[in-house]
Amino acid sequence: MTSDKTLFIDGREVEFTNEPNLLEVIKKAGFNVPTFCYRPDLTSFGACRMCVVEIEGRGIQSSCTMPPEKGLKIHLNTERVRKIRKTVLELLLANHKRECLTCDKSGNCELQQYSAEYGITDITFPKLKEEDYQLIDDYNPSLVRDPSKCILCGACVRACTEFQGHSVLGFSGRGSNTKVQPMNGRFLSQVDCVFCGQCQAVCPTGAISIKSNIDDVWSKINNPEKKVVLQIAPSVRVAIGEEFNIDAGENTIGKIYAAARRLGFDLVFDTNFSADLTIMEEANEFVERLTKGGVLPLFTSCCPAWVRYVETHHPELISHLSTCKSPQGMLSPVVKEFLPKYYEGYTKENTVVVSVMPCTAKKYEAIREQLIGETDIVLTTQEFAKMVKSAGIDFKKLNSEEANSPFGQYTGAGTIFGASGGVAEAAVRTAYNIVTGEELQDVDITPLRGVDANHRTKDTIVDIKGTKVKVRVVSTLKEAEKSLKEIKAGTSDFHILEVMACPGGCINGGGQPVSCLDSSIKEKRAQGLYEEDKSLDLRKSHKNPDIIKLYNECLGGKPGSEIAHHLLHTSYSDKFKGSYKDIS
Amino acid sequence: MPNQTLNIDIKEEQNKAQELIKNQGLRVLVCAGTGCVANGALKVIEKFKELGANVSILTEYDKMTTVPTGCHGFCEQGVLVTIPDKKVTYVKVKESDVEEIFESHLKNNKPVERLLYVDPMTHQHVPDDEHINFYAKQTRTALKNCGNINAECIDEAIAVRGYEALSKVIQENNPESVIETIEKSGLRGRGGGGFPTGRKWKFTAANRGGKSYIVCNGDEGDPGAFMDRSVMEGDPHKLLEGIAIAAFAIGADEGYIYVRAEYPLAIQRLRKAIKDAEERHFLGKNIMGSDFSLDIHIKEGAGAFVCGEETALLASIEGERGMPRPKPPFPANKGLFGRPTLINNVETLANVPLIILNGADWFAKMGTEKSKGTKTFALTGDVNNTGLIEVPMGTTLRQIIFDIGGGMRDGKKFKAVQIGGPSGGCLTEEHLDIPMDYDNLIQAGAMIGSGGLVVMSDKTCIVEVARFFMNFTQHESCGKCVPCREGTKNLLKILEKIVAGKGEHSDIDKLSELAKVVKDGSLCGLGKTAPNPVLSTLKYFKDEYISHIDDKKCPAGVCTAMKKVVINEALCKGCTKCARVCPVGAIEGTVKNPHHINPDKCIKCEACLKNCPFKAIVLE
Repeated sequence: MTSDKTLFIDGREVEFTNEPNLLEVIKKAGFNVPTFCYRPDLTSFGACRMCVVEIEGRGIQSSCTMPPEKGLKIHLNTERVRKIRKTVLELLLANHKRECLTCDKSGNCELQQYSAEYGITDITFPKLKEEDYQLIDDYNPSLVRDPSKCILCGACVRACTEFQGHSVLGFSGRGSNTKVQPMNGRFLSQVDCVFCGQCQAVCPTGAISIKSNIDDVWSKINNPEKKVVLQIAPSVRVAIGEEFNIDAGENTIGKIYAAARRLGFDLVFDTNFSADLTIMEEANEFVERLTKGGVLPLFTSCCPAWVRYVETHHPELISHLSTCKSPQGMLSPVVKEFLPKYYEGYTKENTVVVSVMPCTAKKYEAIREQLIGETDIVLTTQEFAKMVKSAGIDFKKLNSEEANSPFGQYTGAGTIFGASGGVAEAAVRTAYNIVTGEELQDVDITPLRGVDANHRTKDTIVDIKGTKVKVRVVSTLKEAEKSLKEIKAGTSDFHILEVMACPGGCINGGGQPVSCLDSSIKEKRAQGLYEEDKSLDLRKSHKNPDIIKLYNECLGGKPGSEIAHHLLHTSYSDKFKGSYKDIS
Repeated sequence: MPNQTLNIDIKEEQNKAQELIKNQGLRVLVCAGTGCVANGALKVIEKFKELGANVSILTEYDKMTTVPTGCHGFCEQGVLVTIPDKKVTYVKVKESDVEEIFESHLKNNKPVERLLYVDPMTHQHVPDDEHINFYAKQTRTALKNCGNINAECIDEAIAVRGYEALSKVIQENNPESVIETIEKSGLRGRGGGGFPTGRKWKFTAANRGGKSYIVCNGDEGDPGAFMDRSVMEGDPHKLLEGIAIAAFAIGADEGYIYVRAEYPLAIQRLRKAIKDAEERHFLGKNIMGSDFSLDIHIKEGAGAFVCGEETALLASIEGERGMPRPKPPFPANKGLFGRPTLINNVETLANVPLIILNGADWFAKMGTEKSKGTKTFALTGDVNNTGLIEVPMGTTLRQIIFDIGGGMRDGKKFKAVQIGGPSGGCLTEEHLDIPMDYDNLIQAGAMIGSGGLVVMSDKTCIVEVARFFMNFTQHESCGKCVPCREGTKNLLKILEKIVAGKGEHSDIDKLSELAKVVKDGSLCGLGKTAPNPVLSTLKYFKDEYISHIDDKKCPAGVCTAMKKVVINEALCKGCTKCARVCPVGAIEGTVKNPHHINPDKCIKCEACLKNCPFKAIVLE
């Protein structure tokens, strides 16, 4: 090789380009480097010492923190390196609540995986005793924290700080008494956690896991008196395949419908449909505010973590929040109210609505005091995949099926809800029609697309026949905070603010299959959504025939009607920090 | 760069300040360092002032001034009172002694013999510093002013050439030559690492152009070490001057001094010194009329040992939890708030003005080939004279312990020294004559560290010492990296097991294996050096470990678990006194018959042993 940017890995010359650290160079060269604390979307921490390598002249270095340099001679498997890794694993296991067989993360746990790979068959250090187990925090609807399984890699702390600007979780104590916990050892429900689940998404062990509602669903399915219907969120279809060896981004919605019916769900609807419905209401609300001098910018309200953030941190801005319920929140009451009209044997009382969401915060949304009783059970993508596996369904081999009508048909606008920028893009497509009566010709609003770390704030101006509408799209609450500061300072000039709490939007939600080791996965998932949008004939929510039918037959003919307001809109309340009545 | 003209003539300021001091008349120096203040120095000072107000009774002098000074270093003898003109130092002075000193010595020129220092070897009273070995055998340069000037008076600092070096470098306006001088002097970081100071300055100066910071590391955390505190309390202006020179050299205009909040006196004096220096234009905007400005802030640390590690210290200043960050990036490139930052320890910076004033050669003449200048040590343990000392690099342990330290206390036998605090190691008799410098100590398995020096006699259990330091580092570990957090915990557990008499033979291998991984795999200096006490004691005192484990015996008789208190029946007269003093009723027996100790009940408090009139009770 002639490039002046090369180094040597175990004697092989390897080229590097702009990799931020040695670990990425080594990975690119085809080696798997064990690590607990390194997550490409988070800053390098250098704490777990699993990724150490030996560099000639520099000794032992953690590869996740070492910048690549020309001519470095790196050795991956020297005796020193292996000794450190094995000792680290043994030390961690000694201090770990080793209940792998009954652990939620079993099979997905990196500690378990590396311990097996490195052949840790005996722990010679004094082991953690049962009486030393710490209290498990499962006093919230979304997440379970078991501190005795925490290996203090700090990934959750960094996710909370670097994504959400939040620091709900932090380090406390020193030495072997060091802990990761919310302030003063409180429960997550007692601090201003928004339940986005990003901490869970980056956790290498079972220290933070999703609160499972799988058994609740089975008990409803197996109850002959209940009619159980399912709705599936947009971003689930491009991610769930990863649990079944299908590439990230491949759209598996037909298989999901098929799997749901095999699991015993009576009817299968699609949240994409209610995403279209959301756009009808939200675009209408936006145009009203724009033309009648209402509070602007309008905040989208699809993301429950974002809604909770406004309520707890910026209650004075609640009037900016769209009163529209989220797509999950709209479909459930619509199903319960109108399903009996279309299907025999269904009543409001015997219908159970289950949703599959990419999101842990949706579990919280379902029990908000304004929404409780509408969506009965929320499953994450991970939980649904587990159900499919436990039912013995070979997901990959399933033939595609269709959703049930009349709440199954959707447009491309509904699909793109799953990626950051999608809601705003879909809203603009329809708002244009409401304002002008004409159709927007070029529906691809590309400045609002992109889900990587460089696209966490996206701005564009849409010209609606002379009215310049400024749209801002933000993902992560840390980034949102900057826009809120502008609004409070009176320096903002945008009309719509779309916020998704998870980096890149729902495709990277806290309930999705684990993807924290590969930044490109969320891009593939987003691409899957935009491809479906492009492939569909209908790409504007107001063109969805089932939506038109629903308005005509049930919702008073047009968006914003009295019945629509009653069913599809909600209210918010100032949640003074520290008092979370709707949870405890 | 052309010379700068300054609007302050430092020589003129010096003359004025010296005149002021001359006008003080008879100077009575009372140590007002933390140790002496705790021993009542403030009351002694008040008493001197009260008596000194009536000066007509003094011969030769028309005036007397009581000067509260910084630490002399001989804290165990405090309160120390020195009267330079009378060539006398009084030790252990109490408020009630002041009148006698005043009446007898100051008024009638008759020294108060009972308050003079007693040489531990000759048992003779020694009148003045020149004949007190503790002082006489030292070379005090960095600490020279500590104990000789009023730390809270900027004029006293100026009178002894304070700010002259700063004035010189600003006037000459050649930062590169300043760095060159420091490099040539051979000064190395005094905080423990021993990195060449000039090179560190050069790396930071290479990033000159934007905002840079200078940070002074005053987070002295080693148990028993107080050299940095002494400088900050006793000669704060020298430190400020060193910081300013370093800032000038690297192009920084803002600086932080990181001092632990447990040093309230140091913080108070530094604050006053900064304010005074700003008023006199030695700090702040346009120093001495030049285009060089420097703002210095004080950051009070909350006392975490790990914050002495430079990246943890930076995190702490930034308001984050004090956790070390991996290097690279080095602070010289990306330090405080992401800007190029120079971090030097207090003692290092205190040497800077001296090097500038006296020249690199003067400094390089002291010390060994690779370690130049002097080093301060906190001398403690089983020696007669304990305290803060400064000696040239290359001084041997023997000189320190037997000359300056006045030999082993109570005639005990020398066994080892723990040098370098919790990061250092144990050295033994075979090391008594090696010249102490950075490299020799590392080779011997210890390190200079910040300069803690604990002398141990044969009554010290070496395993217990290792356990003590491991307990310290485990509790002070920040908990970030696994080898340090979990590794030191398990090292400590093994050591605890051994001193509790439950050690197994495999523990020795386990200890050394794990210690090596902790040293190799830890993220920062704390973890990398934490196993040193274990490794060095294992190297030099393996037998002692083995007797704890195999024979269940502590050769030094320290480990309680292995102690056995027994009554020698042949000597016991059955007086019952032991049974009566035993707090747990462990002693059985009838009057006039030999008694017996029930080992299951005995808590080894040794109350019986101390009270037995016939010396019939012994430790086994």
